[in-house]
Amino acid sequence: MTRLTYSTRRPSRTVLSRSRVVADAQTEATNRLVWALTLVVAMAVFLGGLTFFAGPGRAQSDEAAWQSILKRADGQEVFWNAWGGSDTYNSYIAWVGDRVKEEYGVTLTHVKLSDTADAVRRVLAERTAGRVTDGTIDLIWINGENFKTMKDNALLYGPFVERLPNFSLVDQQEKPTTVLDFTVPTDGLESPWGMAQMVVVYDSATLAEPPRSMKALLAHAKANPGRVTYPAPPDFTGSTFLKQALYELTDAPGVLLQPAGDNFDDVTAPLWAYLDELSPHLWRDGADYPKTGTAQRQLVDDGAVDLHFSFNVGEAASAISEGLLPETARSYVFEGGSIGNTHFVAIPFNASHAEGAMVVANFLLSPEAQARKTDPRYWGEPTVLSMGLLTEEQQQLFSSVPSSPATLTPAELGVTLPEPHPSWMTRIEETWLTRYGS
Amino acid sequence: MRSGEIGNTWLRIAPALTLLAFMGPVLAGLTGTLLPAFGYLPGLGGTSLSIAFWGDFGDYPGVGSAVWRSFWTGMLATVLSLAIVVIFAASWRGQRVFVWLHRGLAPILSVPHSAVALGLLFLLAPSGWIMRLVSPWATGFERPPDLALAPDPYGLVFVLGLVVKEIPFLLLMMLSGLNQIPERQSVTLSRSLGYSAMIGWIKIVLPQLYPVMRLPIYAVLAYSVSVVDMAVVLLPATSPTLGLLVMRWFNDPDLTYQFLAAVGATVQLGLVVGAIVIWWGAERVVAAFARPWLSAGGRGKLSRVLALPGLGLATLAWGLGAASVAGMIIWSFAHRWRFPDALPRAYSLGNWVNKTDGLLDPALVTLVTGGVAACIALFLVVSCLENEQRNRLNPGRHLLWLLYLPLLIPQVAFLFGAQALLVAFRLDGSWMAIIWAHLLFVLPYLFLSLSDPYRRLDPRYRVTALSLGQSQSRVFWTITLPLLLRPILIALAVGFAVSVGQYLPTIFAGGGRFATLTTEAVTLAGNGDRRLIGLYVFAQSFLPFLGFGIAALWPLWRFRNRRGMRGLV
Repeated sequence: MTRLTYSTRRPSRTVLSRSRVVADAQTEATNRLVWALTLVVAMAVFLGGLTFFAGPGRAQSDEAAWQSILKRADGQEVFWNAWGGSDTYNSYIAWVGDRVKEEYGVTLTHVKLSDTADAVRRVLAERTAGRVTDGTIDLIWINGENFKTMKDNALLYGPFVERLPNFSLVDQQEKPTTVLDFTVPTDGLESPWGMAQMVVVYDSATLAEPPRSMKALLAHAKANPGRVTYPAPPDFTGSTFLKQALYELTDAPGVLLQPAGDNFDDVTAPLWAYLDELSPHLWRDGADYPKTGTAQRQLVDDGAVDLHFSFNVGEAASAISEGLLPETARSYVFEGGSIGNTHFVAIPFNASHAEGAMVVANFLLSPEAQARKTDPRYWGEPTVLSMGLLTEEQQQLFSSVPSSPATLTPAELGVTLPEPHPSWMTRIEETWLTRYGS
Repeated sequence: MRSGEIGNTWLRIAPALTLLAFMGPVLAGLTGTLLPAFGYLPGLGGTSLSIAFWGDFGDYPGVGSAVWRSFWTGMLATVLSLAIVVIFAASWRGQRVFVWLHRGLAPILSVPHSAVALGLLFLLAPSGWIMRLVSPWATGFERPPDLALAPDPYGLVFVLGLVVKEIPFLLLMMLSGLNQIPERQSVTLSRSLGYSAMIGWIKIVLPQLYPVMRLPIYAVLAYSVSVVDMAVVLLPATSPTLGLLVMRWFNDPDLTYQFLAAVGATVQLGLVVGAIVIWWGAERVVAAFARPWLSAGGRGKLSRVLALPGLGLATLAWGLGAASVAGMIIWSFAHRWRFPDALPRAYSLGNWVNKTDGLLDPALVTLVTGGVAACIALFLVVSCLENEQRNRLNPGRHLLWLLYLPLLIPQVAFLFGAQALLVAFRLDGSWMAIIWAHLLFVLPYLFLSLSDPYRRLDPRYRVTALSLGQSQSRVFWTITLPLLLRPILIALAVGFAVSVGQYLPTIFAGGGRFATLTTEAVTLAGNGDRRLIGLYVFAQSFLPFLGFGIAALWPLWRFRNRRGMRGLV
């Protein structure tokens, strides 16, 4: 039964992608498109019916399949390649290691990366050398451009996400970025791990009224020369600041979800005009920029600049508790919404311990792990799970997490703006480098 | 008898084997970098040769100024380090202050480049230690001023960082070089002819010394032109060097940048070769112009003018290095230390108590890798040198050049290709790979440090023992080794320190499975938590320091009842 289900599901995907190709090309006759669409609909109806009839049986076999994954995972050593630049995050990952060890017998080794692209390159090097099994990486913390690269180059294992029991708890309705990574469909190749949204952090002891829009930021910089800056792209916090600015300044934010094309110059013109006006008033007159988002946090703590940007909603609270920011640090979001995304874990195509990696990915989605992740002492960011899908006991885990005055509530976080298509980021970075980067 | 034969056979093939273990991978690695530079990288669909990526390289924003910046900062750093060392040695050689400062500078050798850079940044930045010491009482600054002090737009702080780190190395190499030439006789002779000590040193000792120091100077030049870990800390984000651009491309999520990175690494190689050729040409020019001056017989009054600046600059370099490390160590005990407090407002041992757990594993990997690599290197170097002695071979300069190759070629230029090689043989991420990668850099330094004392050992000891009917191997074990105990231990300590500082080779060969203190420190530097960085700077510097300590103390204990042995070498 399982076999039948899986084998009939595959063709639908092929047809889907073929129809997409046809539509993209726009040179084929429309009747072919109609044909393809009809096929898709027919297949969907067929599949729906199949699932309906196979419902209980399939659930059972899913359960059995997961049990066999658990069995094979027991005793495996999983090498998790994850950015290691934050002591807080490293401690969280170490805690995950302890838990999956006692729960599932999986030994988790955190390979600390200074850049996720290191892992992408390593998988590529292994494929180049013909190592299609026994890869050195089992799990990667990933999203955005790196995911797109791995997906486009067929460097990923899966789709595996549907096999994780806890994935059914993920809030795909309210949090569409859990299956659309920077507008790229995840297609079950990466499992969501956490929600990120850009917040601005400042010291309320020295700045009473922080600027809440790009226009206000410009005015603030003009009134306080040298007290505003942003990390130099291609640092991702810096690139996100530029995208945030673009959203606010451009007339047609909708096109940002499509790949950038000939419209790039027109769409981004307001951004460059804005930066031209802002740059002379920046920290170091715009001749230097912080190299990373955390380097800018250091500048805020030193009192050198007034605010910094972070993709971690709980940044201010966890930095205060670590002694990296003053007690008076607070966070806020720009009016009109701020860019948000989801980060994921993925398994390389040649992973030695894919089962162990799936067990870890599933544990990361457990209410226990997700609730701890919302705690500013351990990480401090919103969960990917839907409260409505949890039991009362599981919801209790989340509501018992202490809140901090430095962290915004979900309501205060306001509207989440989706990440633009990755092609925008690439071209914005290039243009920024030409204009301000050298 | 038989074991003696085996030993002899081993000694004969040792030099060839050492070179093979070296040249093979380096050349293979270079090929693996050159091919993608010309478009060949099958894993990414590059199956035909083309020069298209060279055009992309030229079009990349700011690439020209980055190449130029790499060149002039590296050149300036090398010129300054060498000038300070020469002036200092010329004016203070033979005096007590020379010995003091030399001893003071030696520990800075054990501090990795990245650690010095991070410490120097905290010292000199507008929110740094010096500014905190004079604020607000002298400057009136309640908040750090918006001044481009460090990093500065000209790259001078970067040059300063290189100078601080290269002076101790050049001084060490100079002392080793001075042992190879008749320094005392030369100075005595020049004094008797009426030259001042300093002028005599410059006119007579230096021309003999320079050829011996040439290779270490080229190594400093090559390193300075291509260094990445110091540049990333001490240069502004908007003024990268070529090395930084190569790393940026190499790290880009868009894999087509790999081709650009390969082109950049190739240009980097060309830049190093070009810098060495220009330096070599400058040597000729300086020699041509200096010759008339050297032989004109002028006794000169230069000494008074240069003695104080020489001492001042050398002391300044020492002071900056020491204060950099001291500042970071204080940070490791701090809880809160905000501008403009001169010292932390709140201290905490939390850092040491909670984080040392995470330090143990990397420290162990560092210890094992460095220890094993240094021991293997020692074995190979001693084999080569002993072979030279037994078969009365002339120490060939060409051999040394080949050994120096890993130091002269920019690391990215061949590690990129070497990684592919390791992956192909499934060796990446193994102890063997990481130790071998470290060996490439440990061996040349160890050779440099040991070859001179080994060759200079009075041959009469050996000849006497042999004439008393002892076998070659017995002479080696009972005469040569004990006599050379101290230089051997120092060479081991140097090799170990070199291994501790390696960042790129560990990353490339370790497959991410080996975290050393240096890789952890560089990863955490991104976090910007100075307290944690301080802890790692301390740990990074402590292990090599321990090595040098043992090297200094063990012979004292071992020869506590052999007075003559203590002064030897």
